[in-house]
This record gives sequence, C-alpha cells and structure tokens, in this order.
Amino acid sequence: MKVVIMGCGRTGAALATEFDSAGNDVLVLDADSTAFRFLPEDFRGKTHVGNGMDIDVLERIKLREADAFVSTTRGDNRNVMAAQMAKHVFGVPVVASRVFDPLREEMYRNMGLRTINPTRVQAKRLKKIIEAPSDEAASEVVAAFLRQEDE
Amino acid sequence: MTSSARMYIIIVGGGKVGFHLAKELVEANYEVLVIEQDPEQARAIADDLGDIVLEGDGCEASVHEKAGTRRANMLLAVTGDDEDNMVACQVAKQLFNVERTVARINNPKNEAFFRMLDEVDTTVSATSAIMAHIEQGLPTTHHLIQLLELKGSGLELVEVRIPEDSRVVGAPIKSILLPYQSMICLVVGNDGQPKVPSPDTIIHADDEVIAVTLHESEEQLREALMSPPPVRSF
Repeated sequence: MKVVIMGCGRTGAALATEFDSAGNDVLVLDADSTAFRFLPEDFRGKTHVGNGMDIDVLERIKLREADAFVSTTRGDNRNVMAAQMAKHVFGVPVVASRVFDPLREEMYRNMGLRTINPTRVQAKRLKKIIEAPSDEAASEVVAAFLRQEDE
Repeated sequence: MTSSARMYIIIVGGGKVGFHLAKELVEANYEVLVIEQDPEQARAIADDLGDIVLEGDGCEASVHEKAGTRRANMLLAVTGDDEDNMVACQVAKQLFNVERTVARINNPKNEAFFRMLDEVDTTVSATSAIMAHIEQGLPTTHHLIQLLELKGSGLELVEVRIPEDSRVVGAPIKSILLPYQSMICLVVGNDGQPKVPSPDTIIHADDEVIAVTLHESEEQLREALMSPPPVRSF
C-alpha cells in the first residue's frame, strides 16, 4: 500500500514507522526538514520537504498514486484542508486526519472524512491510568492499550 | 431596506480586507460582526468602527454560538490563510446553516479546489483578479476571463474580447452556435457603450462580450467566439 503522511511530528513519525515495518511504501511530508529526526535510522520510506496543502507539492509527490493520505500536523485546519484536497483533487481512496477540536472532528467525520480526536481518546485513557490501583497496574493498563491496538 | 429585514453579515478575519469590508458594510447600513482572533487587532477595529467585533477563533463552533451565526445571512471568510477561510465556511454552513459563504483565496491555485466544496458559495482571489487585468491589457489575449461564479446553478459570468480574425466578426448573434446553457448577455462596443443584444445584433472585432456559461463549457464558448473561421478547401 502507498501511504502518504503529512506532518512528521511524534505521531506522524510513529505512524510512518508502523506502516514501513509492515512493508508498505511510505512517504512522509513535512515543511520543516528537521522534523524527520523523529524517524528511526532504519526507516526505508521516503521523506519530502514541503507544505502538504500546496497542490504543486502534492502533484510533485504523485499523490494521485497513493492509496491512503493521513494528515497529522499540529494544525486542525491544515489537516482537514490537505485531507479534502487529497480526496477531492487527487482522488485518494482513503484519507484520515487528526483533529484536536472535538466539535470540528465530529463535523468532518459526519462529512465523510476519517478523523480522530486524540484529546477525547487520551482523556479517557489517562483517567483509566489514574484510577488504576497501583503503578504496576497502571503500566499494565498502558500495555493493554497497545496490545489492543495491535489486534 | 427596513431595519427588521437588515442583512446580518459575519466577517471572519479583521485584517486589512476584513476591516475595510466591515467599514463599507457598516456605512451601507448592514448589521456586521467581525470575528478576530488577535486581541489588539480586535480592539483597534472596535476603536474605529464601534462595538461590532468579537474576539475569538472564527473556525470554532463555540465562537459562532456567541456570534449568533445561526441567524446570519452571509459569512465572509477573509483571513490571510486559505485553510482558515475554508474551515470557517464549512463550520458556518454545516453547523449553523448560513445561507451564503464567501471565501477569500490567497493561493490562486486553491480556487479550483474551493469550488469543489459544497460549503463555499463564492471564491474571491485578488491574485486571479489582478492576473485577469494583466491578461486583459495584453493585445493578443485569447483568454476567456471569468468574472463571477453563480454557484448552485454551476453557471458563471465570463468576458471575451472578440479578436479581429474571429469567425463571428460581422455575424448576427442568432447565427452563433453557442454551447449548451450559454447565453450572450451584454455586448460592449469599442465606443464603450454597453448594449443588451438582440438576435440580430452584429458582433464586431474588439467587442467585449459578457456571457453566461457552464464552467465545463468555457472552452467551447471560447472556441465559438474567438477562433478563426474554418478553412475551406475546394
């Protein structure tokens, strides 16, 4: 699968690493070339310095050929704009975005984008960790979260 | 317009464009609210135009609750960032059912994309407008210039200057084969006099023709009005 990831922060880099290890063709896009430091040394995918909302940049990386586009920058608006461009202009079959504002996240989900609101998910998980009876139990809760995601 | 039927217009972004728009609209007696994120900028507008500013993020639903966006007739998103203008229009339409949205386009390459969005009714790009002027000023323009988009119908208003070697020079309008849903609305002769054309109006070289057409028929319309007569072989 060809996956384009916009935004090489911690989340973007972790996601790129996951897809890369699973044997996918990954391209990570970030406007800041120093952001790629988050990628592991054995990362086999491509990196590209550029703005993911710039149609010329998206043209250059041949976004049309991608199977999935994910936007994980810090800006909600940037994420949903790039995702809609990927969907409407470049016809990418799967687009996903991280959206921090819960109301905007819900709105875009209703409009047919695949969105996730990390704030809500994190708050729920943090609550579970705080409520764990001991530190050991709390780490077990975290490990369980990760196992659950791998299934 | 009576005061009860006054149009309520929300402007997102109180920069230079937003400020001058607000000023014009207030002078024209519209009910106006400017949503501006920067406290200093918000205060500066309030000092000048009075209590018509709401400090906040025009992309946030909670700010639009306060702004009373639900009863707004129009939302103009005119910040310097296209993504913010896009989201402001989408929030206004999707969550608050605003009748009409206008988005300022900073990067002219975003225009086609914005037109694909249901939540943006009209796009305005200063760069494209200036480009059109430059192209208009060139003696050998073979362009059709888009003036206004009539969204919903998919129609647009375009301008064409008739070249000297066009096949329609000297021909009456009724003889011109126009593409589907296209219509010539106005002809401005080189004397500068606009006239509403009749089927018998003769087209002259250098006439400015204002026409309505479908976006996808632009190229056919350009062909019909600007290309030279077909070469006949005997």
